[in-house]
Amino acid sequence: MAGRFKVAIVGSGPAGLSAAARAAALGMSHVLLEKTDHLSDTIFKYQKGKHVMATPSNLVLRSDIDFEAGKRETILGRWDEQIAGHKVNVKIHAEVAKVEGEKGAFSIHLRNGEVVEAEAIVLAIGTQGNPNKLRCPGADSPIIQYQLDDPGEYYDEHITVVGSGDAGIENALGLAADPAQRNVVTILNRSADFARAKGANVKLLEEAERDGRVIVRRETTPAEVRDSELLLDTRDGQEAIRCDRIIARTGSQPPRGFVEAMGIEFSSPEPGAFPKLSPVFETTKPGIHVIGALAGYPLIKHCMNQGYDVIEFLNGNHDLKPADEPILAEKFAQLPGNRSVEQWLEVFGKNVLILADLSTLQLRELMLDSTCHAYEPGEVIFRRNDPGSSMFAIAEGSVAVEVNPADPSITVPIEQGSIFGEVGLISGRRRGATIRAAEPVIALELSRTAALKLLATSPGAARVVNAISIERQLLQMFGSGLTKQDVAPLVESAEVMQARAGQVIVTEGADDKDVFIVRRGSMIVEKQIGERPVFLSYLPAGSYFGEMAVIDGSARTATVKAAIKSEVIRLPGEGFLALLEKNPALRTRALKDMAGRRATNEFIESRKDSFSGAVDLYSETAAFLVDNGIGEATDVLLIDEKLCIGCDNCEKACADSHDGLSRLDREAGRTYAHLHVPTSCRHCEHPHCMADCPPNAIKRGPDGEVFIDETCIGCGNCQRNCPYGVIRMDAKPPNKPSLLHWMLFGKGPGPGEASYSWRKKEAEKEGGQKAKQAIKCDMCSGIDGGPACVRACPTGAAIRVSPDKFLTFTKLTEDAE
Amino acid sequence: MATRAGGTGRYAQDEKRRDSDHVSFLKHRRFRWLWIALALSVTCILGYVMIDQQPRPNGGSWYGYTLGTIGFALIIWLSLLGVRKRRINPGAWSLKAWTSAHVYLGLSLIVIGTLHTGFQIGWNVHTLAYVLMLLVIVTGIYGVIVYATLPASLSANRKEMTRAQMLEALTAIGRQLETAAQPLDRAEADLVIAALSQDVFAGGALARLTGRYPGCATARALGGMGTRSEGEQRVVALLEKRAEQLSQIRGALRIRALLEVWLFIHIPLTIALIAALTAHVISVFFYW
Repeated sequence: MAGRFKVAIVGSGPAGLSAAARAAALGMSHVLLEKTDHLSDTIFKYQKGKHVMATPSNLVLRSDIDFEAGKRETILGRWDEQIAGHKVNVKIHAEVAKVEGEKGAFSIHLRNGEVVEAEAIVLAIGTQGNPNKLRCPGADSPIIQYQLDDPGEYYDEHITVVGSGDAGIENALGLAADPAQRNVVTILNRSADFARAKGANVKLLEEAERDGRVIVRRETTPAEVRDSELLLDTRDGQEAIRCDRIIARTGSQPPRGFVEAMGIEFSSPEPGAFPKLSPVFETTKPGIHVIGALAGYPLIKHCMNQGYDVIEFLNGNHDLKPADEPILAEKFAQLPGNRSVEQWLEVFGKNVLILADLSTLQLRELMLDSTCHAYEPGEVIFRRNDPGSSMFAIAEGSVAVEVNPADPSITVPIEQGSIFGEVGLISGRRRGATIRAAEPVIALELSRTAALKLLATSPGAARVVNAISIERQLLQMFGSGLTKQDVAPLVESAEVMQARAGQVIVTEGADDKDVFIVRRGSMIVEKQIGERPVFLSYLPAGSYFGEMAVIDGSARTATVKAAIKSEVIRLPGEGFLALLEKNPALRTRALKDMAGRRATNEFIESRKDSFSGAVDLYSETAAFLVDNGIGEATDVLLIDEKLCIGCDNCEKACADSHDGLSRLDREAGRTYAHLHVPTSCRHCEHPHCMADCPPNAIKRGPDGEVFIDETCIGCGNCQRNCPYGVIRMDAKPPNKPSLLHWMLFGKGPGPGEASYSWRKKEAEKEGGQKAKQAIKCDMCSGIDGGPACVRACPTGAAIRVSPDKFLTFTKLTEDAE
Repeated sequence: MATRAGGTGRYAQDEKRRDSDHVSFLKHRRFRWLWIALALSVTCILGYVMIDQQPRPNGGSWYGYTLGTIGFALIIWLSLLGVRKRRINPGAWSLKAWTSAHVYLGLSLIVIGTLHTGFQIGWNVHTLAYVLMLLVIVTGIYGVIVYATLPASLSANRKEMTRAQMLEALTAIGRQLETAAQPLDRAEADLVIAALSQDVFAGGALARLTGRYPGCATARALGGMGTRSEGEQRVVALLEKRAEQLSQIRGALRIRALLEVWLFIHIPLTIALIAALTAHVISVFFYW
């Protein structure tokens, strides 16, 4: 033991390295603990030659080690060199098992039994977590490994893969791919089927099993790892097989449990929450600091800056301004009043209700992802039907909401400190009303990502937004004439319910009496006619249902279930009736809506008798489309295969409108009754791709399109998160010779996407291919005439539709011939 | 988050697109181009009947020249469809509307061209241009018919598989066949090898268009295979699967070929037509 260090830094990623380098430069006694045998494991595990990007470009790097965009090898090599140059005290193979003690005297117990003493701890362990170990005797055996870098390395071995996910299957197939390696590959699956893996992988595995290339053992678990032998628990008792190597791919444990065990609190129980931190990155456990991805900053530059900052703070430098200071100063510069960054932060933090709980650190970070606006009285902030999922908070002044689209003079005020735009955030749909500044307004616009992060980390903010959104939804839905006081009792008794896809909210024939509002997601209404359920209608977010049974006291006339993961607001029937009684105008409107719905239902029921085929077609096509994600779409490409001649002009036009790469695959995808859903972006209300984008490069654009901007770092998260497989990772190809050159002289590859070999060859002439970035449909944003795929279809087979307009009887049964 | 400039004007455009009914190129805008083509044809016929052309109706009268000019302009414009469909930007136009206009205005050329001849047919370059024009139109009519009737069968034949997946499935069956054929005797093994080594696309244009492949080695292997041993039965089952997969691929090839074959006549004939037309126009002005 080398005495007590001033600081122990756990984890040698960008944040940990930068912290260690700073400590070394300051001459502070330190140790950098790394559990593997190399620095920066997350980047180390990137595939060979991957281009690592350095965003955000406007953030200055403040660190003793260098970082700029480049190849993985270059970056890792430079870091190794500079860490050695700074004489950083690195301890590899040092996996932390537990931490004991208090500030000034921590004992860090390592997995190998060693104990490291330190006064303070900086946790920079990222969010990757640890792979799950096998739970059987012999789990520490050296024949077990948790990763497979190159399946081509192993020859003449009996290898067992444990784990039935995609990683396990891909490893097993990789090891068995080349018969010349003469490996005997076995894969173990605890259950009878491979439910967690992608269909394509399962198919390949089953084929390999039939060919005898891989041995698949179902309902089998490892019982004991012995020397070159593995004992298995099978359905028919125990069995030992020869085994020289085990690849364990049974998922990984997020680091939260480990962190909480040290006594560190998280901001909320939600999975997306981060540890509570002071402005100097200190956790609720004094003496332990958290930086980097674990603190909620996934970008390398942020991590490195925080590594520098945290050591400066520990060294007593409390005047250090965070590296984002100039960015904030620039943001605030456009606001009137000439106030300093600190003053502005105070104005926003104090005045805005939902920001009350935030620490300065969190507030600064939120500001980075947000935009500040100053509006003159009367100025429009957003208009009805504008796309937008950001949320606004009023720091100074007040705004007026035009509640009646027909008469802009009728407005409802929203006062200082409150929020607006939250319906767009929650429902993912277009703005419901036009909002103007009523007096000079200073407002903060939180991007969707920033707002969602705030709701996940601040329970107080989530409560406020929830209450306000229910109230507004009620006021907006039932139109003008209602006041906050009118709906207050309903808001009080309202309850938000989560519904998973397919969950039934209202059952036909039941006699419960509640009214529901679709807050997020969408619903489908079905009715049992004869033996089969018939699709009646589609309810997008913002609609209400269940009022018929309440108003006329009858049993439920149809079943309503969630088309996709949704949220509904449940209002007790009595409260709804009381509201109707007090407001005759509202009652008239509700009756009118009800009559409209009745008419639709009766129309379809009457058709069922005479045109049963058409109703079945409508009902089944609608169900097929909902199954294929149309329920959460805002604008989706469909192909009528009764008209499609397979010319692929849609794909060619797509490529020619976008840097030479097509963002759609016409042939792939499902088809029902000649209606084909190609692999192409649906521009979801709540885009899955946005969920985990480190540089926040995925946004919703002015035409409602979901697009990826140029700050994409090429990490591939969005590609993995998209359930519809519409995002591809590719390098922007060089320009093609013009169409005229091709037509007259045969130069270049011609219209459409050039072949991979052409792109590669041309790129090499220009000095190598560009870095791969995520590309997806942007609905031809900024191109006059709209989406090229639709415009380029010679027969009218390609159409782009939205579910609320398309999932109707007429549209689905119209014949385009 | 209006982070990018412009675009808001597209909302109305996009809503119109989402609201619009789903119609084919033939029905585009309630047959707008059919009506325009009909009006044009009827006007030309009325003009031909009512205008007293001296000494007789002829391409060289003033009315004949008018018809000729209209026809010539139409032919040049119609031939530009090939450029249009490959150049999607700039411009807010739709290829469906162009196709619709191409079909109906192209058909109206039968009337305009015929009236322009004044029914004077002979063995000369003028009649050559006229005949070429009619041939182009006839092949075009074939195109319209197959576009309207074949896509549904293309879709039904596809069964949600892409072309790449069909070939992959065939390769997968091939791999299994290779393993399964190991225990067979020499003669039978040779049949399987012949089936596996035959190019999927072998057979030529005629086979592709008719869907008949008399030289199919898989069919031959199926015919020559015994069914006594277990190994043989397994191979037969796999060969049947291969034959089924082949027939799907061949079905797709056949329909695609029927959808495309006319273009191989339509377009070269168009080029020949433009050449003949140029000769026709130049000769007319030369001998004025």
